[in-house]
Amino acid sequence: MDPDLVLLLNGIVSGLLLGGLYAAAATGLAVSFGMLDIVNIAHPALMVMGAFSVVLIGTALGLDPLLVAVLQAPLFYLLGILIYGVYHHFFEKRGEEALQGLAFFFGVMFIIEVGLVMAFGPEQRFLDPPYAFITWRIGEIDLPLRMLAPALLALAALGALHLYLKRSFTGLAVAAVAQDAEALRLMAVNPVRIKRLAFGLSVALASIAGGALVVVQPVDPSSGQIFIGRVFAICIMGGMASLPGCLTAALLFGVVENVTATFYGPSWSPAVAFGWLLLVLAFRPQGLFGRMA
Amino acid sequence: MSAALQATDPAPLLRAEKVGKRFGGFVALAEVDLVLRPGERLGLIGPNGSGKSTFVNCISGDFAQHDGSVTLAGAKLDGLKPHARARRGLARTFQLPQPFGSLTVLENVRVPLLFGGHAAEATERAMACLEQVELAAKATKLPRELTQVEQRRLELARAIALHPQLLIADEAMAGLSHAEVDQILALLLRLNAAGTAVIMIEHIMRAVTEFSERLIVFVAGRKIADGAPREVLAMPEVEGAYLGKQ
Amino acid sequence: MSAAGERGVEAAVGLGAPRAAPKLLAPSPHHALFWLGAVLLGAALVVGLRLIGNEYGYFAGYFILQYIVLSSAWNILGGYAGYVNFGAAGFMAAGAYTAIALRKAFGLDLLPGIVAAGFVTGLLGLGTGYLTLRLRGVFFSIATLCLAVVLQTLIVNWDYVGGSRGAYIVRPREVPPFVSYGEYMFVVMLMLAILAVGISRTVELSRLGRGLQAIRDNERAAEAVGVPTLRLKLIATTLCGVLMGVAGAPLPYYSGYLNPEAAFSLAYAVNAIAMPLIGGAGSWLGPVIGAVLLGGLQQAATVTISSALNLWIVGWMLVIFVALFPRGIIGWFRRRA
Repeated sequence: MDPDLVLLLNGIVSGLLLGGLYAAAATGLAVSFGMLDIVNIAHPALMVMGAFSVVLIGTALGLDPLLVAVLQAPLFYLLGILIYGVYHHFFEKRGEEALQGLAFFFGVMFIIEVGLVMAFGPEQRFLDPPYAFITWRIGEIDLPLRMLAPALLALAALGALHLYLKRSFTGLAVAAVAQDAEALRLMAVNPVRIKRLAFGLSVALASIAGGALVVVQPVDPSSGQIFIGRVFAICIMGGMASLPGCLTAALLFGVVENVTATFYGPSWSPAVAFGWLLLVLAFRPQGLFGRMA
Repeated sequence: MSAALQATDPAPLLRAEKVGKRFGGFVALAEVDLVLRPGERLGLIGPNGSGKSTFVNCISGDFAQHDGSVTLAGAKLDGLKPHARARRGLARTFQLPQPFGSLTVLENVRVPLLFGGHAAEATERAMACLEQVELAAKATKLPRELTQVEQRRLELARAIALHPQLLIADEAMAGLSHAEVDQILALLLRLNAAGTAVIMIEHIMRAVTEFSERLIVFVAGRKIADGAPREVLAMPEVEGAYLGKQ
Repeated sequence: MSAAGERGVEAAVGLGAPRAAPKLLAPSPHHALFWLGAVLLGAALVVGLRLIGNEYGYFAGYFILQYIVLSSAWNILGGYAGYVNFGAAGFMAAGAYTAIALRKAFGLDLLPGIVAAGFVTGLLGLGTGYLTLRLRGVFFSIATLCLAVVLQTLIVNWDYVGGSRGAYIVRPREVPPFVSYGEYMFVVMLMLAILAVGISRTVELSRLGRGLQAIRDNERAAEAVGVPTLRLKLIATTLCGVLMGVAGAPLPYYSGYLNPEAAFSLAYAVNAIAMPLIGGAGSWLGPVIGAVLLGGLQQAATVTISSALNLWIVGWMLVIFVALFPRGIIGWFRRRA
């Protein structure tokens, strides 16, 4: 086969795997930003925090990083509940989300990033499970387990969230809370409780995405900065509150970014994220698939 | 009935032709035609969700895109932003008062004057507007210190400051007491006597019938009646679609 | 010692321009009085520092003045109009690297470099605003959040200005009328600070400022009463960009060496937001108070604690202040008064 074509095919496949990971990172945001209308710009920072805690716990106990990512998720759920509690009490309730609330999440993001630098230093961290060095081959296409396993975990988490939102009563209430908090009140459902729960879930999802991330590539405290562009671009492109839209956008994004990196060098990938974000905001703010946001 | 009105009217103030708005597949407003004379007092009624506010937002420019076309005093408004329409003499109030919360009552009224070509004498003119709505004594208060009816009057003062040819009062009396409704009615009548045409959107039937010289009715995004209030209210379809449900 | 001097600036500037009756009947602006007071104060600072004769005074003074420019710039958009710009580090670095690139290409000196930097970052602000400001405000904020990352990518990949290795600017030992290079840099930044505060104050008291406040309070109502909201927001983003770039342009001249890591330092991003919000966003004096207070504190603290811990404390202060004192120090005093 033409070597360029092989390169392209491999770029597409690993782009899809990368996209699966991005999907997990972005769906948490689709819940908080898309459904709850909470502009959690600390989302990528929480993800990096999840990655660091996976490295810490995984190394200490000798456990598989993906397993740790799942096991620690409840802790991050609690952290999310705590953050939402503060946000709701001081900003949402007073109607000061726009300026002060945004500054609050910026502060949280900043505290996490600098806190990680102080605790672990600015160096990159990684944790390689044994299978990280195995690569399956199908014809001329490489399927490195280093990318396949995290992508599968990410997709499983996504699927579970999707089922939860579609099938359970509370899940349906989450989807409704942004559109009609009053109707929920009439159904004797406390919208604040629903939002707290959903925000906790979004942070738990961020931590799982972080755990998956650390298998794919080394992570440093400032990794979150590059992910801000990625996850917001994907979330907006996917139509803000739609999980299938988010997944599609993430896969597409992963492919474009990875193919760009293959042919032009990886140092340009942040530019891809930002370029997409600007293009989406300028020309299709309602997303590729969604209705008007 | 509306066709007859259009034909006999030589120089309309507002002309809406086939104005419509869809949200996805849902038709919120379907091809509404309306012609308004200068200085006319028009009432617009209809059940909730009948397209009244959608119509107002099409006219005021709050929707960037809609079907059909709107003309004010002979000039096309299509594609103009709300602020450009406001400067051409189209003022509106909101269902819920929307004051500038951190600015005093006086500053609230100065804002339209500052951007409407009266920057030099904005304070004097703003005070005059406040006197018209009897809020001059509260000029230095913040909006949240006002009563509900005072907030409604502030909203009207801000609209008056635009020197409108047409004022759209979108439920400007909702939630007010009988006496307060009378206050606002008197205010609107005075404004109208000075030459401003008024479109009143209102659920308080007493106010609409007392105020309007012409009444139109929206049901499910369509205009189903247009004419003298007494005749319109007597029409069986109006009674069935609207009043019956009240 | 310089921090004390700076606190003097703010107190005297406050005297020069009374804001005792905010938003009552149209305040008389006293523009001439303000500029006279500011210039006199600046002169007093220069004389005072020369009498003290310690280079560290100029260093600390420059540090604080640079943040006065940066936070005043942020306040024009964030405080008056309520639109949050997270990209202060990006704009600052864009200004600094404009100065470096122009020096390499045409041998331009500091002062023309500052003008050019303002031009470039003004366009950057305008462009970002033009693409995102028709949407809800948060989309603009998100775009500015990513802007710094992308600009850093560009600079790291741009070998002409040194790439990731950084760039050197040979500093002259002396600039004639000044006793030292430190004093020269201090005076340059002092002028920029006076200019920035003056512009921010003029905006606040002008029609533009009223329009921006109306946008912050209720954008839809502002449009409905004839305020051209998009145009005002674009003017504010451009002004904000210009002043942030201007604050960054002297940076390579000040330190003699600049690399992307230092130019895009997180410190700029967080301080540009924390200082106005802690001082009191929405009034021109707020960012000045915030910059003097927080800048002075950080300057004093670097002697005893690490710079990371220093920044961490700023992050916590930001979170705590916006939660407990959403109107900042100024708002707190006004409410008690």
